[in-house]
Amino acid sequence: MQDLGIQVLFRGTNFLRLWQGLWVSLQIAAISMLFSVILGIFLGMIMTGKNRIVRLLCRIYLETVRIMPQLVLLFLVYFGTAKHFGLDLSSEVSAVIVFTFWGTAEMGDLVRSAFLSIPSHQYESGYALGLQKWQVFFHIMIPQTVRRLLPSSVNLLSRMIKTTSLVVLIGVVEVVKVGKQIIDAARYDVPTSALWVYGTIFFMYFLICFPFSIASSYLEKRLKD
Amino acid sequence: MRKKILGTIVSAVLLTGILTGCQAAADSSQTAQVETEEVTEEVTEEVTEEVTEEVAQEEAATGGIARSIEEIKNDGSIKIGVFSDKNPFGYVDENGVPQGYDVYFAKRIAKDLLGSEEAVEFVYVEAASRVEYLLSAKVDIILANFTVTEERSQQVDFALPYMKVALGVVSPEGALITDPEQLKDKTLIIVKGTTAETFFTENYPEVEQLKFDEYQEAYDALLDGRGDAFSTDNTEVLAWAIQNKGFAVGIESIGSLDSIAPAVQKGNTELLNWINDEIKALAGEQFFHANYDATLKSVYGDSINPDNLVVEGGVIE
Repeated sequence: MQDLGIQVLFRGTNFLRLWQGLWVSLQIAAISMLFSVILGIFLGMIMTGKNRIVRLLCRIYLETVRIMPQLVLLFLVYFGTAKHFGLDLSSEVSAVIVFTFWGTAEMGDLVRSAFLSIPSHQYESGYALGLQKWQVFFHIMIPQTVRRLLPSSVNLLSRMIKTTSLVVLIGVVEVVKVGKQIIDAARYDVPTSALWVYGTIFFMYFLICFPFSIASSYLEKRLKD
Repeated sequence: MRKKILGTIVSAVLLTGILTGCQAAADSSQTAQVETEEVTEEVTEEVTEEVTEEVAQEEAATGGIARSIEEIKNDGSIKIGVFSDKNPFGYVDENGVPQGYDVYFAKRIAKDLLGSEEAVEFVYVEAASRVEYLLSAKVDIILANFTVTEERSQQVDFALPYMKVALGVVSPEGALITDPEQLKDKTLIIVKGTTAETFFTENYPEVEQLKFDEYQEAYDALLDGRGDAFSTDNTEVLAWAIQNKGFAVGIESIGSLDSIAPAVQKGNTELLNWINDEIKALAGEQFFHANYDATLKSVYGDSINPDNLVVEGGVIE
């Protein structure tokens, strides 16, 4: 029992600290996701518009976000703003900005494809019934888009939760960092703790992400009827 | 036509992405040879470090402005960047409290500058972002096992050293290697990309090297008897030998001596001079030996001479 790495989890406040770390990750992901959904819907609507220049700009934004590693974005926002504009953003705020920037682009693209996937007879029928443009939009387009969006946006959310482990590089102590600290503090007396600590983190991520996917499949079924 | 334009733009963006990617890869393979001191880093972290240090270099031209001593005093707390996962130099204990050799010194700085050991705000930094924290003035001092190198000196100002690191050689007690000459025609275990690799290749080419990517593999090979000795940073092998019976560090210090020093933002001479004076003054009470006894002794035990690691008054003999 002495050599079992799992004992480090029960030392001091270690286990509690892991959960606090996960809470930090979750908060950053949830706030960013909220902004991403709101901004992403607008972006998606703009992207389906007819103006070529606007569409080109959107395209460039999307490609930039996809090509640029999030790590570089984090550094640019956290350190860059401090150096060039003298703006001392906290690391959490910087993380939310970067993840929103990234999430909005991804979400916008999802919304765009969801809009485009709605068959044209749907809104043409709406117009034929004498509905206004905004009525078609709110009563026909939005409900159908939301249903199509659910699986992919939940997927985006869980990706976001997992990607938050990068924020440690700008000083946010989240769950993976807490894990490293615990392993390192015990590196001389319990060298085998790594597997146990990372294993625990794995289950914690699972516990958080699994309910989201359950909820989305439930909602998807309900919205179908 | 529209598709063509779009295609051209997208492919241009992609191409620049790929080109800069290759450029970065080429750069990092060059710097990887120079950059040999982060020996306890995992390979993946080293890659991140290369990338982020590049970002740091690109942005080094301008800077946020560091706080003056008066501003720090008015604020009532000094921001010091330390490691949170580098036991025993800077780590967080099981109650979430920062501990270690660097932390002990940081508390003393706070006490002498601001009158209280508690007047320090610890900022947990990563190896990769230490320079950035200073450039953007997010911390006042970095005290994170920061090895003085030529490249870094161009970006930050190092104060006097408070620790030194050299190579150590660990071997089985039954066939203890106490002199590098004994290694002739024997197998020395090395971790790729470390200072040890460069040092032995240049100075003892007749020593046969068995190379590994990771520390764990290297230690396993030593335990299995696949090599006669293993060499890397002395702080690393000394701690390992204490934990593994039947092994001892026959050579405690060899190769070029690297010094570890506090760093401040480039040009922040006021704080730099204050730290230098502080380090000189602390020599009177042998502060760093007391620090060693409090933080490092439990790891390195009585078997080694603290003078092989600790530097007093900023003077390396």
